[in-house]
Amino acid sequence: MTSTIAIPESEWTLPDRGRVGVLCLIATEFALFTIFVVAYIFYIGKSLTGPTPRQVLDLPIWSTICLLSSSITAGRAESALKRNSIRTFQIWTAATILLGLEFLRQTAIEWIHLITVDHLTITTNLFGSTFYALVGLHASHVVIGLTLLTLVLVLSLRGAMYGQARRFELLTWYWHFVDAVWVVVFTVVYVIGR
Amino acid sequence: MATINYIPERVSEQEARISLPSKLHEWLVTVDHKRLGLMYIATSLAFFCVAGSFAALMRAQLAFPNEKLVPPDVFNRLFTVHGTTMVFLVGMPFFAGLANYLVPLMIGARDMAFPRLNAFGYWMFLFGGILLYFSYIGGAGLAGHGTAPDVGWFAYSPLTERAFSRGTSTDYWILSIFVSGIGTTASAINVIATVLCMRCKGMTLPRMPLFVWLMMIVSAMVLMALPPLTAAQVMLLMDRYLGSHFFDTQAGGSAILWQHFFWIFGHPEVYILVLPGFACASEIIPVFSRKPIFGRAAMVGATVAIGFLSFGVWAHHMFSVGMGPVSNIFFAASTMFVGVPTGIKIFNWVATMYGGKIRFDTPMLFCIAFIVHFLLAGLTGIMLAVAPFDWQLTDSYFVVAHFHYTLLGGLMFTLFGAVYYWFPKATGRMLSETLGKWHFWLLLIGFHMTFDTLHFAGLLGMPRRIYTYAPGRGWATLNLVASIGVIVQAAAVACLIWNIVRSLRKGKPAGNDPWDAWTLEWATTSPPPEYNFAVLPEVRSSRPLWDLKHPEDPDWKYE
Repeated sequence: MTSTIAIPESEWTLPDRGRVGVLCLIATEFALFTIFVVAYIFYIGKSLTGPTPRQVLDLPIWSTICLLSSSITAGRAESALKRNSIRTFQIWTAATILLGLEFLRQTAIEWIHLITVDHLTITTNLFGSTFYALVGLHASHVVIGLTLLTLVLVLSLRGAMYGQARRFELLTWYWHFVDAVWVVVFTVVYVIGR
Repeated sequence: MATINYIPERVSEQEARISLPSKLHEWLVTVDHKRLGLMYIATSLAFFCVAGSFAALMRAQLAFPNEKLVPPDVFNRLFTVHGTTMVFLVGMPFFAGLANYLVPLMIGARDMAFPRLNAFGYWMFLFGGILLYFSYIGGAGLAGHGTAPDVGWFAYSPLTERAFSRGTSTDYWILSIFVSGIGTTASAINVIATVLCMRCKGMTLPRMPLFVWLMMIVSAMVLMALPPLTAAQVMLLMDRYLGSHFFDTQAGGSAILWQHFFWIFGHPEVYILVLPGFACASEIIPVFSRKPIFGRAAMVGATVAIGFLSFGVWAHHMFSVGMGPVSNIFFAASTMFVGVPTGIKIFNWVATMYGGKIRFDTPMLFCIAFIVHFLLAGLTGIMLAVAPFDWQLTDSYFVVAHFHYTLLGGLMFTLFGAVYYWFPKATGRMLSETLGKWHFWLLLIGFHMTFDTLHFAGLLGMPRRIYTYAPGRGWATLNLVASIGVIVQAAAVACLIWNIVRSLRKGKPAGNDPWDAWTLEWATTSPPPEYNFAVLPEVRSSRPLWDLKHPEDPDWKYE
C-alpha cells in the first residue's frame, strides 16, 4: 500500500452472509450425497440375490422432466419477485410446488410397485439397501424444499414476501441443488447402475 | 491516527445488581458470541476433566501386570467414551468456542453472522454430549442396562452390526455424534460467513490475523469432512434398524467400506483438531517474540495445502487391511507429503522467534513446548507412514503414543497457552503466573513420563486396547512410569483449575492490553461489552494496534 488515504465508503463491500451461508450448506450437503453415491457405485453388481436393477427399474422420464422443469419455474418465480409482481410470483411458485409434488407422487408409485410387485425392499439385497437409501435421501431433500416453498407461498398470500427477492433467491439455490443432485442420481442409478 | 478510540465508556453499573436466576436465564437464552464462546470452552473443559479421569482409570488398571481394578467390559467402555469425548466433545467444541469468542473481535465485528444459529449449534453440541453420557444410565448392551458404547471411537464394522452389538449402546454412540455434528456444522457455516461477510473496513483477506484465517480453513474442512461420518452413521443405523446390508458381510456388504468412510472423515478430523492449535500458536508466538510472524502468506498457503492434502491420506490408517501395493504406495507417499507444509509451519514459528526479544510468560512456554512436541509427533508420523513399518506397529502403543503426542503435546499445550493468553481478555483479570508456571512444568514432566515411555512399550509389542497383560513381557516398568506420569498431569490440571477459580476472584486486573499485542481484540475493554467496540474499527495493516501505538512508524507503510 503506497497511499495513506483511507478507503472510501463505497469501495468496502462484502459478500452477503445469507448467500455465503447457503453456499456452505450446499457444499456440506454435496459431500453427504457424494458418500451415498459412492456407496451405491461401490455395491453395483455385488448383490448376492435378486432382483437386479435391470429386472425391476424403469427410466423415470416423466418425473425427471417434472423435477427439472420445476427449476425453470422456480427461476421464473424469482425474477417475478425481483420485479415485485407478486401475482406472477405466486403462480410460478405454485407451479414449482405442483411439479415437485408430481415428482414425489411418481417416486411413491415406483416404490409401491417395487415393494408389492417386485418384492424389493431395503432388506432384500445390497441393491435394495443402496437404492432406497440414495433415492430416499434425495426425496427427503425434495420434501424439505417443498415445505419451504409452501411456506413462502403462504407468506406471499399474506403479503409478507414483498421485497424479499434476496431471500427467495437463496431458496431457489437450494432447489436448483436438489435438482442437480437428481441428475447425478438418475445417471448413477438408472443409467450406469442398470 | 492515535486519537481513535475503540474503547467503550464504562459498562453500565446495573449488571452487578442482577439476581442469580435472571443471570442464569440470560446465559440460557443468550445469542452473544462471547457468552456462547465461553459456554463452549467451559463445557469442553468439563468434558476434558471427565474423559481425562477415564484415562486415569485406564492407566491405573495398566500400571501393574494382571491387575483387577477395572473389569474388561468396563475397560472397553472407558476407552470408547474417552476417545469419543476427547475428539467430539473436547477438541471440536474448544475450537468452536475460541472461534466464537475471538473471530468477531479480531475482525472488528459486533457479532457472528448468524447469532441464533450460533446458539443452536451450542445447544445441539451439549445435547449430543449429554446423550453420550446418558448411555451410562439408559443404554442397554450385552452387559445389561446402563451400558455405554464399547466399540472403540472408530466403531469398526461388522462389530457394530446388530448381530454383534445387541441393545442400544452403539446407537447412543451414533446419535450423540450425529447430533453434536449438526451443531459443529452449524458453527462452521457461521464462522465462514462471519469471516467473509462481517469484516470491518479495511480488513482485507491478506490483512486478516492468521488465527482468523486458520479458523476459516478449519471450518471449510469441517463442512467437507463431517458428512462422510454422518452418511456412514446413517447407513449403520439403517443396517441396525431397517435391516439394510451396507456393512453386513454376510449379505455381501463390506466392512472395509466403513473403514474408508470413517477415515475419510477421520483423517481430516485430525487436522480439524490440531489446526486451531496452530492458530493459537500463530498469534501467541509473534506477540511474545516481539516480532511479526515470519512468512504470513506461506503460513496461510501451508494451511490450505494441509487442508487439501488431509483429504487424500485417509487410508494410511488401513495399511494392515490388505489394500494392495498400489494403494499402499499412494497413501504412504501422500502422507509423507503432508510433512512439507507442516514443516513450513514449524520453520516459520522458529524463524519468528529467531532474533526476537522473547518473553517467557506462560502462554509462550506452552507454545514452545508445542513446537517441540509437534515436531517429534510429526517424525513418528512419518515413521508410521512407511507401510511396512506400520504393519509391524499398527494397533500397538506406539500408535497410541504417536497420536497422543500430536493431540496432547500439540493441541492441548497450545489450548492451555490460549487459555493463559486470552483469559485476561475474557474476564478482565490475569491468571497467576506462578501457578501457571507450576501448571506448565508439571504438565510437561507428566506428559513426557507417560507418552515417551509408551512409545517404547509399543516398540516392545504391547497392543493397544488390552485391559491387562502378563508379567515378564518387559512392559511392566514402562507402564508403571506412564501411570505415575498421569498423576503428575492430573496435578498440573488441578493447578489450572485452582488458578482459574482463584484468579476470577482476586486475579490482578488485566487492563485492556496486558500483553502489548497487535490484534483488534485488545483494542476494546476486558471483558468486551456486548457490542464489542464503541465505534467499528478501521484497519490499514495486519497489525492494527501496532499502527495505533506507533503512529510514527506504522505497519501500513511497508505492506
